[in-house]
Amino acid sequence: MPGPLQFAIWFLGTLLEVAVVVCAVKKNLFRRYFFLNLYMLLSAAISAGRFRVLMTDGVDSTVYRYFYFYSDALLTITLFFALISLFGYVFQEMHVEKYVRMGAVLLLGGTAWFTYAVVNQSQARFVTHFVFELSQNLYFVGLVLTYVLWGAILKLRETRALLVQLVLSLGVYFSAYAASYAISNLRPNLFNYVSFLVPIIGCLLPLAWAYAFWRVPDDSRLVPARLTMVPR
Amino acid sequence: MMAGLILFLSAAALLQFFVSYCRSLIASHAHEALSAEVQDVTGITKKASGEDFRRVVQLLQLCPERPDDRNNIQAVGAYFGILNFLRATVARIVPALKSWTETERANCTYFAAVSLDRRIAFSRDLLAQQMEA
Repeated sequence: MPGPLQFAIWFLGTLLEVAVVVCAVKKNLFRRYFFLNLYMLLSAAISAGRFRVLMTDGVDSTVYRYFYFYSDALLTITLFFALISLFGYVFQEMHVEKYVRMGAVLLLGGTAWFTYAVVNQSQARFVTHFVFELSQNLYFVGLVLTYVLWGAILKLRETRALLVQLVLSLGVYFSAYAASYAISNLRPNLFNYVSFLVPIIGCLLPLAWAYAFWRVPDDSRLVPARLTMVPR
Repeated sequence: MMAGLILFLSAAALLQFFVSYCRSLIASHAHEALSAEVQDVTGITKKASGEDFRRVVQLLQLCPERPDDRNNIQAVGAYFGILNFLRATVARIVPALKSWTETERANCTYFAAVSLDRRIAFSRDLLAQQMEA
């Protein structure tokens, strides 16, 4: 059973997810960034669901484990589509939304197929293993896509400060998550530490998005080329 | 092997995204002018210096926190730590990196000074609201 501190971080994370939606609604940005808000709403709802299952069945129960990993996969897929929607905004003027959507579905299918091919080699606990591996691989694909999106922002000289901050915070989140999954895969004995770290990382994204929606004006502009380590 | 590769690439990407994110926060504060009061308190009149960062952060800690800026200050503080590390190691060998880290450290100080300005304004508003109530 999680301790009081873990419960506090969990509760804080859920509160921040709700705060993102509230900030977006207050600033009239809910519809424009619909998939981002959908992810936050779903995340808050799943948090509540996990809490309920935890209280009724306990942390060691099969029900909780199944609920945790399946809901995690669902959240990852939603976040993947939220990321694709950001691609849509960046490539808006090029009118290539249809190709972006098609590419996203192909990439999602490809990742699922790759995961299936890898997991198929081991027979033990196939479905759960598949769901866990799919989440990890999708986080890494998400990280690569965010990196590509950041490259596109620099190349297309996208200057919308809000969009830039949303993408950068997503990049920090994806890379931290992918790294934590990789650490727990490389060193399974560190799983307990990583599982403590993951909810803290989970708080960072809603915190950064809530700040961006609340504080960064919609018409605010900046020069992304100046944000890279090597000035362009 | 695969997990090791993912870890390496994720860590590299994390560093890059984190630095860019911090620089976007700094950039959003860069065009704000400092009030005369903060200029007096911090001694920053025209150009900020990286050496003043710790002092400005100490002043920041004396002011009541605004709910939305604490984490950004912590993030920029971590970025300042990375810059200090670079300055103490690689920048000793690469002179171009030394001047870059100095500029960035100065920008971090300016960010902290603008945050201080905002916190003072926030405290004043709070006080005014309490007086009215």
